[in-house]
Amino acid sequence: MLADKHRETIEAILAKYPPAQRRSAVMPLLHLAQQERGHVAPEDLEEIAALLGISPTQVGSLVGFYSLYYDRPGGKYRLQICTDLPCALRGAQAFAQALCDRLGIEIGGTTADGLISVEAVMCLAACDRAPVFQVQDPNGLHYHEDQTVDSALQFVEALRKGIGRG
Amino acid sequence: MAEHVVLRHREIPGLERLEVYLEHGGFEAWRRAVTKTTPQEVIEEVKASGLRGRGGAGFPTGVKWSFLTPNVFPRYVVANADESEPGTFKDREILERNPFQFLEGVAICAYAAQAEVAYVYLRGEFWDVAQEMDGHLASLRERGLLGKGLFGTDYNLAVHTHLGAGAYICGEETALLESLEGKLGQPRLRPPFPAAEGLYGKPTVINNVETLANLPPILARGAAWYRTMGTEKSPGTKVFSLSGKVVRPGNYELALGTTFRELIFSHGGGIPDGRKAKGILPAGASSVILPADERILDTPMDYEAVQAAGSALGSASVIVLDETTDLAWVAMKTSRFFKHESCGKCTPCREGTYWMLHLAERVERGEARLEDIDLLDTVARQIQGKCLCALGEFSTMPVVSAIASFRADFASRVADGR
Amino acid sequence: MSDLQVTLTIDGLRVTVPAGTLIVDAAKKAGIDIPVFCYHPKLEPVGMCRMCLVEIGRARRDRGTGQPVRGDDGEPVIDFSPKLETACTTAVGEGWVVRGLSEKAKAGRKEIVEFLLTSHPLDCPICDKGGECPLQNLTMAHGPGKSRFLHDEKARLAKHVPLGDLIVLDRERCIQCGRCVRFQEEIVGEPVIGFSQRGRGLEITTFSEPGFDSIFSGNTSDICPVGALTTTDFRFEARPWELRAAASICPHCPVGCNLTLNTRRQPDRDGQITVQRVMPRQNEMVNEIWICDKGRFAHHYAASPERLRRPMVRKSNALVEATWEEALARAAQGLRAAGGKVVGIAGGRASNEDLFNFRRLLEGVGGRAVLDEWMAGGDHAQKLGAGSKADLGSYGAGDAILVVAADLHEEAPIWWLRVRQAARRGAKIVVASALPTSLDPVANEIVRFPAGDAALAVLNVVHALTGDSTVEASAELYEHAAAALRGAEDVLIFFGREGLDAAGSSALAGECATLLASLGCAGRARSGLIPVWPRSNTQGAWDMGLRPPSTGLKEALSDAKAAYVMAADPLRDDPGLAEALSGVDFLIVQELFLTDTARRAEVVFPAQAFTEREGSLTTGDRRVQRFYPSVPPMPEARADWRILAEVGNALGLALPGSSPAAVMLEIAASVPDYRGASYGELARVEAQWPIVGGDDLYYGGTAYRNEQGLGVKLVPAAERGEDFSLESHDLPVARERAPLMLLPVARLYDAGTTVGASEILRAHLEQASVALNPEDASRLGIGDREAVEVRWDGRVRRVNARVRASVPPGLAIVPRSMSLELRGVRPVEVRRAE
Ligand SMILES: Cc1cc2nc3c(=O)[nH]c(=O)nc-3n(C[C@H](O)[C@H](O)[C@H](O)COP(=O)(O)O)c2cc1C
Ligand code: SF4
Ligand code: FES
Repeated sequence: MLADKHRETIEAILAKYPPAQRRSAVMPLLHLAQQERGHVAPEDLEEIAALLGISPTQVGSLVGFYSLYYDRPGGKYRLQICTDLPCALRGAQAFAQALCDRLGIEIGGTTADGLISVEAVMCLAACDRAPVFQVQDPNGLHYHEDQTVDSALQFVEALRKGIGRG
Repeated sequence: MAEHVVLRHREIPGLERLEVYLEHGGFEAWRRAVTKTTPQEVIEEVKASGLRGRGGAGFPTGVKWSFLTPNVFPRYVVANADESEPGTFKDREILERNPFQFLEGVAICAYAAQAEVAYVYLRGEFWDVAQEMDGHLASLRERGLLGKGLFGTDYNLAVHTHLGAGAYICGEETALLESLEGKLGQPRLRPPFPAAEGLYGKPTVINNVETLANLPPILARGAAWYRTMGTEKSPGTKVFSLSGKVVRPGNYELALGTTFRELIFSHGGGIPDGRKAKGILPAGASSVILPADERILDTPMDYEAVQAAGSALGSASVIVLDETTDLAWVAMKTSRFFKHESCGKCTPCREGTYWMLHLAERVERGEARLEDIDLLDTVARQIQGKCLCALGEFSTMPVVSAIASFRADFASRVADGR
Repeated sequence: MSDLQVTLTIDGLRVTVPAGTLIVDAAKKAGIDIPVFCYHPKLEPVGMCRMCLVEIGRARRDRGTGQPVRGDDGEPVIDFSPKLETACTTAVGEGWVVRGLSEKAKAGRKEIVEFLLTSHPLDCPICDKGGECPLQNLTMAHGPGKSRFLHDEKARLAKHVPLGDLIVLDRERCIQCGRCVRFQEEIVGEPVIGFSQRGRGLEITTFSEPGFDSIFSGNTSDICPVGALTTTDFRFEARPWELRAAASICPHCPVGCNLTLNTRRQPDRDGQITVQRVMPRQNEMVNEIWICDKGRFAHHYAASPERLRRPMVRKSNALVEATWEEALARAAQGLRAAGGKVVGIAGGRASNEDLFNFRRLLEGVGGRAVLDEWMAGGDHAQKLGAGSKADLGSYGAGDAILVVAADLHEEAPIWWLRVRQAARRGAKIVVASALPTSLDPVANEIVRFPAGDAALAVLNVVHALTGDSTVEASAELYEHAAAALRGAEDVLIFFGREGLDAAGSSALAGECATLLASLGCAGRARSGLIPVWPRSNTQGAWDMGLRPPSTGLKEALSDAKAAYVMAADPLRDDPGLAEALSGVDFLIVQELFLTDTARRAEVVFPAQAFTEREGSLTTGDRRVQRFYPSVPPMPEARADWRILAEVGNALGLALPGSSPAAVMLEIAASVPDYRGASYGELARVEAQWPIVGGDDLYYGGTAYRNEQGLGVKLVPAAERGEDFSLESHDLPVARERAPLMLLPVARLYDAGTTVGASEILRAHLEQASVALNPEDASRLGIGDREAVEVRWDGRVRRVNARVRASVPPGLAIVPRSMSLELRGVRPVEVRRAE
């Protein structure tokens, strides 16, 4: 139960919105749930719905709509490389492919140890720093800019050794 | 080169710290607005400055504020920090490096709108920015620069962050409001416009981050000063996000009316390896793509001139294509983006972006027939003028213009595939 | 909508409509078709599908004077906007010119249809909606000859997604118009289905448990403009064009929803004609274009193989089949032998014609006819009932509605739906009940009182209104309720029987009448009392002169020699009556099924079901409505009114027996309120808004147009200016109190004669159980689902317990359908079964 573990955080989230508009808190609560287990599970929908006085369907609808929410588990670290037009003009596609080759996975796949999933995503507003990826993990989401395949692999190694973030 | 108005951190190290910001006159404009002027006077000053929205549409900011339905309260102010247009990365720099100027702008806007609550809607990817900003907001409350009974008046203001979760459409103001209300981020019908019925059905002002960051200097130094920069109809400076095939991509804050040539060559260092520029997307993926000929390179980048050239300045995210770039591929990339980001609410965009991508990919794979190029063009035009919001319209612009100006790139793909 | 009228030109036709009317609706009123998919006249416009694109020209106005600018030819200058606009989201403007048939507009529509077809499977030949599908029709009318999207490359999506056990979704066919989602959200307020994903992936889904579980779910399949949503009842059963339609009235509750029964000859059932589906038929004063799932799916009982097929008579202590002659003769003989000591017991599901003849017959043999019911208030409705213009659809700001001792959602679903709409339009809602009800979320004030104290609660509101200070307990509650009602233009008061026995119910009806009068609303055309009867025609029974026996059935039967039971199963409702019935020498039962009561009869007559015959029913708000036969009757079954006439005939009594219309003529002649209610009048129709049921199914959906009668609204005595003084009623009496009180409640899917027979609703049937509050449960050491013994008034029942936080402390709740000999609340003991 989120409410047991994060009571204060939840209260702080709810306090941002007018009392009659609790539904507004659904997105931050989904983020909270996802940080907890890496994806949003049916019981999270139930709990958030109950907290906000809306239906589980109204909560669950959002998970599929917004691309940062996941309804099923993936790698502990979701490494999301921008391959959109501006980054692609600066070699992001090749970077993504090369990195995946080195990791031995397809784009969209997860490493055998279940640690890293690599996805291609749309523009991250870091086009001048391509290649760039973001990492979604239990600590939130962080940018890694001006990458090379080597720097990315080093980062992955650090994660494997447990000395990366999270 | 015009001075930095919103990228002042480039000259002032540490400006992202409240102490430093305050040392440089920070929040003086805000204090003065609340203690010495009426909301109406603030609106008049902003109107006089000629400041136009930096989120894309270029609508005069002060005029927009004056559309708020009179005497209906509460009102809300929402800062649009969804920055998701491919090629746009200016708001992020402001939020990271000059956050207090932005927040002072939010506060000024709220005062002008007589709102006591403001939200900063950040795209979900700006997670770290949001964490930082929550800290900034806490320190502003501690300092009494936000909160209740500000500067001894009876004016209260609370500012909160709200993180999105990955959806370009939430940059569209009514989709943003839906999202902020905890619903799917799908645009609303307009009218009613947010100034009449916005967040929670109340009168609401929505402004872009850069627009808001312009407010403190305008109030501090006056509308007349602001108008010394830029052009008559597009006054002030603009942050141009330069990306693509250039030597030095990055943000450049320049007077509106600066030419493409100056941006790309003087500031951006030109095209790598001395190659030639082929095309320009002046407004990110949502652009009519301009061929980078001499006439276009000498076009001043202000709202009127770029429009006259057949495109739009939009959020001024200038993506440069060079002679190695295949425009059929570009059309496929933008189509992929819009198909991914269509909210699905209205038929032409939902089905049309899918169909365009389908065709563009076929061209890209070299499997298309010549008729498919015309079909792609037809499908794009068939979307035009029918959508509920501008996203659907945007999706067609690079496709139609690429086929019109660079047809050879498409035709050669077809030939390849035979 | 304002009184201001606006005139504009649509496709060359001058149209005048109230300002604020949307262009689509203005066109519809003028008989011009503008195609739509997402727009529905009962839902807020969203402008999503873009099918209704038109060219709009606006009259140019002089900036200074605001006057229309005229050109050289003297005609007003019209500026056409360069873009096509959606007619469904744009309100009309004076002097505008709308073009829906220009090349540009036609091309726009064609292109939208082509876009829709890029996803659509075009599986019309096997689609349930084929033949009544807006997409199919509009494609024919407006679409491109052929889609340029390669069919083989279409996405393959799930074609059988059960959203709940009554509704199935075909994802390939869905065109994302959102009508179903918006219906659930706006009209019902149960958002258990929604959109998920986005863009081309946008899909209807549910994350609720147990899925699309809403008692109005069937309506979504009516308004779905494609075959994406179908009911599990009708899916693949028949093709719309094979169906015949007959008008009917829902027999399940006092709302009286207008229905159309679709029938078809069943090849697999020897060519028998059966009801294939039940559809709403428009009556804006009653059910608009909606019905609840009980009305839609619980019709199967009428075609049940368990139905009585032939008359039966008792021979050597067993019921055996007999001829009509024999059965009628036996019945006449038995009645004659009783020498006037005859009691007739009729149920409120019989029609007016049946009840009228029933009373005539019983009185003709010197006996008396009573109603198998204990809830009171039918006479109050005759005097102070809903007035001639009391239409829930007109209720909004300035009006108020009180609902007391009833859960409309369970007992009269469409009233619930309409009260909820009234709340959305600004009507003040006050809910007074012992238990939380589904109306609470939209209520302005909620009055909670101890179960059984409904009359007292209303009395307290009256006191609060009139400034009487005798109210002490939770006075504030009553003040608030009074404040919400006071000053309302018009007030409707719905009263039910939650926790009430006969005396309590009678007191409640009296207090409601007093309240209405204190509010100054007695006799007002839009105000009145509406009893929430347990049966569809209980009000009609009162109007035909039947009353609940004042001292109860048992008393009534005590010195009877013969009894005649029609459309009732008193023994099932109260097994305690067995004794009283065994004292009766001769029992006649007229029924659909061999009920508990029928099993004890000397003579049993097989009656026709509502699908097989004509008749009329009177709603709780006193509208008399006709229903018509839709299927041929079972060969040997006869209509109740006719059986009664034949029995009467055998006894030398002249009862109208030639046709139900003839019975109604006699009713009109002898019941003053029904003076104008001839079958001709009942069949009268007038134009209704929105217009539904034409060829343009895309507009209103597949609800049927009403061509068979809107019924006759009876005018209560008070409105006619007659004396409406009521017999002085008893004041509410103090009840026994105990730590735990047993409260029977009504549930929508009770397990009675009618609902129980429908296979499709089986999973929804109310189970025998007792619900307790967690605190009481733990005090008694009872866990959820545990077997328990319920003891009251010396009786015992074994059931399973349910522990629910929604149950107020101190109450043990049982469904009424459990057949307990129980009316109001009684002290109870609940303990774990050994
Ligand atoms: C599809 C779409 C995406 C948009 N994205 C953004 C965005 O990311 N940031 C932004 O400020 N405005 C965006 N806009 C524009 C906003 O709708 C709105 O006009 C703007 O926030 C108003 O602020 P301004 O007047 O200060 O420019 C977008 C518009 C559309 C149609
Ligand atoms: S144009 Fe696209 S993004 Fe905009 S409402 Fe229509 S489907 Fe949604
Ligand atoms: S957009 Fe008008 S009917 Fe759908």
